[in-house]
Amino acid sequence: MIYSLIGHYSLILGLIAGLVLFYLSFKNFKNSIFLNSKILTFTFLQFFFVVISFLSLVLSFIVSDFSNETVFNNSHTTKPLFYKISGTWGNHEGSLLLWLLVLTLFIFIFLLRTKNQPVKYKILTLVFQQLIIVGFFIFLIKTSNPFNYLFPVPEEGLGLNPILQDPALAIHPPILYLGYVGSSIIFSSALAATSLKMISPNWAVHIKNWILISWIFLTLGILLGSIWAYYELGWGGFWFWDPVENVSLMPWLALTTLLHCIMVLERKSSLTSWIIILSIATFTLSMCGTFLVRSGILNSVHTFANDPERGLFILIFLFVLIFLSLFIFFFFHKDEKLNRPSFSFLSKETSILINNWFMMYFLSVVLIGTIYPIFLDIISSEKISVGPPFYHKLIIPFLIPFLLMMAIGPKLKWIKSRLNDKIYLILLLLGSILLAFLILKNFNQNFLINTILISSALYLFFVTIRDFFIRKFENISQNIAHFGFSLLILSILFNNLFSSEIITNLKVGETFDNSKTKIIFESVDQKKEKNYDSIIANFKIQSSNGKKDKLSPELRIYNQPVIATSEADIKTTLMSDKFMVINLVQNQDFFNVRYQVKPFMLWIWISVILISFGGLISFLKKRL
Amino acid sequence: MYGRKVKLRFLFIVIVLITLILTIFLILKSLEENVVYFQSPTEIKSLTELKNSKIRVGGMVKKGSIEIKSNEVNFVITDYKNEISVSYSGAIPNLFAEDKGVVAEGFLKDKNFFSATKILAKHDENYMPPEVKEALGDK
Repeated sequence: MIYSLIGHYSLILGLIAGLVLFYLSFKNFKNSIFLNSKILTFTFLQFFFVVISFLSLVLSFIVSDFSNETVFNNSHTTKPLFYKISGTWGNHEGSLLLWLLVLTLFIFIFLLRTKNQPVKYKILTLVFQQLIIVGFFIFLIKTSNPFNYLFPVPEEGLGLNPILQDPALAIHPPILYLGYVGSSIIFSSALAATSLKMISPNWAVHIKNWILISWIFLTLGILLGSIWAYYELGWGGFWFWDPVENVSLMPWLALTTLLHCIMVLERKSSLTSWIIILSIATFTLSMCGTFLVRSGILNSVHTFANDPERGLFILIFLFVLIFLSLFIFFFFHKDEKLNRPSFSFLSKETSILINNWFMMYFLSVVLIGTIYPIFLDIISSEKISVGPPFYHKLIIPFLIPFLLMMAIGPKLKWIKSRLNDKIYLILLLLGSILLAFLILKNFNQNFLINTILISSALYLFFVTIRDFFIRKFENISQNIAHFGFSLLILSILFNNLFSSEIITNLKVGETFDNSKTKIIFESVDQKKEKNYDSIIANFKIQSSNGKKDKLSPELRIYNQPVIATSEADIKTTLMSDKFMVINLVQNQDFFNVRYQVKPFMLWIWISVILISFGGLISFLKKRL
Repeated sequence: MYGRKVKLRFLFIVIVLITLILTIFLILKSLEENVVYFQSPTEIKSLTELKNSKIRVGGMVKKGSIEIKSNEVNFVITDYKNEISVSYSGAIPNLFAEDKGVVAEGFLKDKNFFSATKILAKHDENYMPPEVKEALGDK
């Protein structure tokens, strides 16, 4: 009760702080020798109010204050404390409050840490950021207030969807949001820099830190979501091309492209228009992600609660931001045609540009695949879905030149290169093709496209490994990230090619036997926990080479709300995962059993961690 | 005549345009091939010709219709006006139950028989795919 009051009024105070900041910025902008110290104070105050508001929501969840509607809808007294806390952002209202928290935190850090940049630039960035922040404040207070009252106060809450009661998903939203919201700083700063005509190498060096931060968090956020989907949803895959996954991939693609372009801009004044467009696109796509997920427009298996009013608000907000940014871009941005350094075809810049085009292509494929069904639904009310084959068909062939460019590009010089000392590149290419051919030949998987794909991934793999030895610590961040990417593609390819799956229905005591694998359903145990009952099925697996494994997948029936979830049992080794999940069909004795052997699963996760580690090194290197 | 620079730039623009058109064509073409349409049992009954492409059928699982064997599951999808028999072998999602909404993906054998390759999982028992809601009308 008291927490809701405090939370609600701090939100309003935060909104007022935002309006005061507009006024202060306006005054300071005209007379801009020093940054008005009040600006910093009010930015901090705004952040402070949002923290208070957020903490009071967390406290409401901890003490299970069911007079608060959000708590009532998403919590329950029997829930473990950890999930009471994570339940705070496991719902629409709380997750938007988290957005706001990160928004205000980032602008405060930005003002604090930005040195050696003009005062006008700082103020303008603040203004654009406040535009977003105030928009979110109004959105939160008007359409999705986390502190709504319920009267009479209910005895018990409705509980959190059990599939969200999971450690990976507890930290997935905050990490992902740090990435999403980090892109808002890039957006505001790019608009400010454009208005002041200071898109220059100097600005690039300064903004690169922010790009790296959001990129690292976005990468890790997507990884966490993917790991969660792998073991919790029981489908045994890590990426389903589900719209909700796609909307997080799109800003990642745009951000990755931006990261590479900014490295060009760090060295010479080119690609400026492109960089501004990418900065705008990244944030717009992040906003779109929030809009599509939260409005319920997306026809997705992930869809949770939805409300058309919210969707409309974000949509209008989004259009205002896009319109504003395009206006600034067209009226303020002048492409400096003077002192442009000469352009050479055989340079790092060209290879980055080429891969930019590929990234944009991947982005458009994902974008079209995601929004086309929505579009078609609106104009013809026909319901369709776009499945993995669409994405695979359009993306996989283009990965080949993409990977080759990734291997060769960093070997070129910035301005102009010669090909004399590049014989090893050709040797490595031949080696990779040979190796890929031998691997596939050995496993009777002789498809042309696979051979070429594996060759090009192996090529990148070897070229980056060679660099670890030859170039030591020169450009180590790029090297690690590219190495991670080659490892990722290789793991995914081998995982796809060599996975095997058995799906069958078994009763207790029965045995499934094909010539290779024997699955013995030994027994069923029952267990009672505080917030769920569980059925544990014990299986023994014998493979033809005599290896024996015991797997015990679990079926949980949660009491609040009453939902059954499958907990997969996964035996992870370096080389492969053994994955088993069961489902019970209502009123039947049969258990639906799914057993999968998935090679190199662990390496998919490791390679993504390596990729973001590359970003981290690049970030830290600048501070040392 | 035009200088070399103008010619180069012109060539560049032409290449970009051609690539763009090809890309859009490629994307739209494979979209056409890989799109999965959603249909209700009633819509299937009114079909004039059976296409050999993948579709989704949605509705409710008819009460008492689930029949499970060691290698397949048979059930009936109904929208309370018409119904269709489904046979399926594969993983069954947790919320698959009688009198609950379901979406099955697969191929039509004829107007009364559907062979499913996938049954879609849902996260929330109160959640009903929008298509199912619409297919069921006011129910």
